[in-house]
Amino acid sequence: MIAIPYLTALTTYFSYGLLFAFGQIRDLFRKVLDWCRSNNLQGYAPICLGLEDFYIRRLYLRIQDCFGRPIASAPDAWFDVVERYSNDNNKTLKRTEKKTRCLNLGSYNYLGFAAADEYCTPCAIETLKKFSPSTCSTRVDGGTTTLHNELEECVAKFVGKPAAIVFGMGYVTNSAILPVLIGKGGLIISDSLNHNSIVNGARGSGATIRVFQHNTPSHLEEVLREQIAEGQPRTHRPWKKIIVVVEGIYSMEGELCKLPEIVAICKKYKAYTYLDEAHSIGAVGKSGRGVCELLGVDTADVDIMMGTFTKSFGSCGGYISGSKELIQYLKYTCPAHLYATSISPPAAQQIISSIKVILGEDGSSRGAQKLARIRENSNFFRSELQKMGFEVLGDNDSPVMPIMLYNPAKIPAFSRECLKQNVAVVTVAFPATPLLLARARICISASHTKEDLVKALEVISRVGDLVGIKYFPAEPKKEHQE
Amino acid sequence: MASSFTNMADTAIEWLTMAFEAPFAQAVVFGVHIGGHLFVEGLLLVVILFLLSQKSYKPPKRPLTKKEIDELCDEWVPESLIPPLSEEKQYEIPVLESAAGPHTVVEGKEVVNFASANYLGLMGHEKILDSCTASLEKYGVGSCSARLCYGTIDVHLDCEARIAKFLGTPDSILYSYGLSTMFSAIPAFSKKGDIIVVDEGVHWGIQNGLYLSRSTIVYFKHNDMESLQNTLEKITQESKRAKRLRRYIVVEAVYQNSGQIAPLDEIIRLKEKYRFRVLLDESNSFGVLGSSGRGLTEHYRVPVSVISAGLLIDSSCGYCSLVLQVDKIDIITAAMGHALATEGGFCTGSERVIEHQRLSSSGYVFSASLPPYLATAAVTAIDILEKSPELIKKLKENVAVLCADVFSSDVEEVSFRDTFSNLGVEALHLIGACWRKRLSDIPGLSVASDPLSPMVYLVLKNSTGSVKSDLQLLEDIADCALKEHGVLVVTSKRSILDKCRLPVGIRLFVSAGHTESDLCKTSKALKKASEAVLSGHN
Repeated sequence: MIAIPYLTALTTYFSYGLLFAFGQIRDLFRKVLDWCRSNNLQGYAPICLGLEDFYIRRLYLRIQDCFGRPIASAPDAWFDVVERYSNDNNKTLKRTEKKTRCLNLGSYNYLGFAAADEYCTPCAIETLKKFSPSTCSTRVDGGTTTLHNELEECVAKFVGKPAAIVFGMGYVTNSAILPVLIGKGGLIISDSLNHNSIVNGARGSGATIRVFQHNTPSHLEEVLREQIAEGQPRTHRPWKKIIVVVEGIYSMEGELCKLPEIVAICKKYKAYTYLDEAHSIGAVGKSGRGVCELLGVDTADVDIMMGTFTKSFGSCGGYISGSKELIQYLKYTCPAHLYATSISPPAAQQIISSIKVILGEDGSSRGAQKLARIRENSNFFRSELQKMGFEVLGDNDSPVMPIMLYNPAKIPAFSRECLKQNVAVVTVAFPATPLLLARARICISASHTKEDLVKALEVISRVGDLVGIKYFPAEPKKEHQE
Repeated sequence: MASSFTNMADTAIEWLTMAFEAPFAQAVVFGVHIGGHLFVEGLLLVVILFLLSQKSYKPPKRPLTKKEIDELCDEWVPESLIPPLSEEKQYEIPVLESAAGPHTVVEGKEVVNFASANYLGLMGHEKILDSCTASLEKYGVGSCSARLCYGTIDVHLDCEARIAKFLGTPDSILYSYGLSTMFSAIPAFSKKGDIIVVDEGVHWGIQNGLYLSRSTIVYFKHNDMESLQNTLEKITQESKRAKRLRRYIVVEAVYQNSGQIAPLDEIIRLKEKYRFRVLLDESNSFGVLGSSGRGLTEHYRVPVSVISAGLLIDSSCGYCSLVLQVDKIDIITAAMGHALATEGGFCTGSERVIEHQRLSSSGYVFSASLPPYLATAAVTAIDILEKSPELIKKLKENVAVLCADVFSSDVEEVSFRDTFSNLGVEALHLIGACWRKRLSDIPGLSVASDPLSPMVYLVLKNSTGSVKSDLQLLEDIADCALKEHGVLVVTSKRSILDKCRLPVGIRLFVSAGHTESDLCKTSKALKKASEAVLSGHN
């Protein structure tokens, strides 16, 4: 867990308080001015209530230029960021034709498949000509092609499970699977920092939801014991089934899940495990097979494994893999399979080609090189940042590293200063993270070279000094120190 | 014995009289004569107070011991993760071996494809393939990021601007998947306490969005305007005209589950009378209805939003101060996986509506953006649609011909194109409507969809009573049509999570790329297949 220093907490609260106060004063003026001007809504309630988007209007709009920056090239290691300007104090941003070449530390491009690849792109273009960009139908109607079947076999083999089912979008995978597997009378125990898609899927299922402390197996055990003993709320009948949902790598913390302990606890208490490997599949593990391989967990112990293809495979879509019966059941009942358009054929081909490259089946050793490079890059970058005195989260081997900022004013400062020096970073604030714990999140890719990383470190160090986020004392340099 | 008892009683009485005659018992305080009885009453009061102050009896709490919890955990047996698969669910899915255009290859044979919603026949179009190839070479396949974290590529912004320009609205927002469009848009605008009136035949995406929004949901009978009016009347009477209460009507333009078309002019009249906002899902009507394909709004000649020169929309304040009339349709969503032959979805409306979704819509913020080549495909498709509106006309003709079904096996060459090419689209609809009655030639099946709908929906004339057996019969018909006659049609399958109770049927997605012989072959095949299956069943 992150322990925020007292002084920083105080200053952060003060900053937010000030912004809040200013926002309220402006709202007051707005109310007064609107009361004078006639309100022409003619009896309709306003479509967005004033209180709901106070944060958006008064806080987010001030720093809107740090988010949603458009790019004009592939999200590779270096890309073109389009410049925007605003005439009305950041309320609306207009595009210009000018572009700046920046180093990309923000895209999820772990293995470097984002841009046109020498093996994958020709295959994708061939598939495009054969199957056209979309199948225009659902999987059960006319949307299953031989390519889709091949893809599912390929994914199942890669992940290490008997069968797999593929959907066109990762978010919908979580939202549409959980309601099918569990309903009223069931219990979902999820990690407190799980992704929004899991939360949505859990809510949509109608089951009771309990949360356990982030990555703390002992608390999970406590919650399980308590819940099994008590049973359903109010009726105290025993639960129909219990599913524990965890993620492989948490995207806001960069931490790996403590999978062996959690799986052992779930086995002991007969709960089902659901592992969401959105960020870890393809990026960690000796052969890229994800967090199970890295931590030595047998894939047969995890009941349902889910993942997405957006991050490491440079494509789009999500998958679920499990036993043959489970996948067959899902094929008859899951709404995303029955009602949603099937995954686009070129995207499917990209996944197959990238899996072939990772496993070395295309005849080259590029896959192994990429995996080794991302591991080296992540570890090097993290250790250097820590030496400089930044507060960096995450475990070793994880390619996601958040740098803590805390203060709301440091968010735009860090982002804009880095952009001026041609380094593009992503900053995250409330509501994706807790209010006080704003951070800048860096994603390392296998396509970053050593020089790129060294340049990034220089720029971040300079900006860090300027903005004042080196919360820990820097390690003294080994040479030339008196 | 008795004497000692009397002695004790005597002493007790002596003590009492002494107490009564004690000085304080006869004291005079504030002019009130205190008698001895007050002393006893005072004692009683003390005793009562003492009893009241005691806690009432509760059985002591005994939390479960560790051993007891262990035993309970050992005893508990969960259900299996999935219920056992029953025999009826073993239907086969057709596996295509080529693009899902008007003709496709299944198991080595070429079949006529009525299973893809490729309404305008844009699948495999040269221009779209060229633009996608250029996009793939420039941007790669995926966008690798969420929209707010460098996932916004310039093609996305171009696509949004193009859609907004095409429909005549201020702005639009792009989603990366058709299904997630509605179920992310609804919870962004409707929360606990708001009221939504929705048709009972909407598809699962909308149902899920309604459930996630936690608002009060009221269903009205499928496409029945009287039922809608009664529902609206009831709701307005029940709830006070709360200023903060948002009220919505959610309808689809062409219903996925039945092929009916919503009467938009009626809905707008009701909406303006009762002050509800309208959410319209145009997945199956975008690019199909209206003379230039702009959807149901063009078909009914309703302007989506009215913009005038003196407009002042203050998007910074929470109180909408529009200086002109409220939009006729507040929010329009559509999935692009139908007429535009690409993937993804979009939502369009006023600027306020779109800006709000960019930060509050979970399917937009927490998900990766649409792959750039699909956005390019969408832009090219809209360009083609604008330049060649004859595709829409061809589609309408095809639908009319299919429903008409006047071909008998003897007549080979009756060309509808020659006979009716000079007639307007309205005339074609009339003719098609007259001849729809002829579809009773197909034994056992009748057309349940609207004549204008690009998706022809056939239902069983005599339902067997249970959805499962109906579906089984329809599956058999579809199977027979595919295997013996080379026509690929599909049944409407329902998920266990779907709340829709409309009858199941066979869907035919008509495309502008189908030729007359295709349509002829299909109607013959359906006749033969349903004869074979239904006679065998009866």
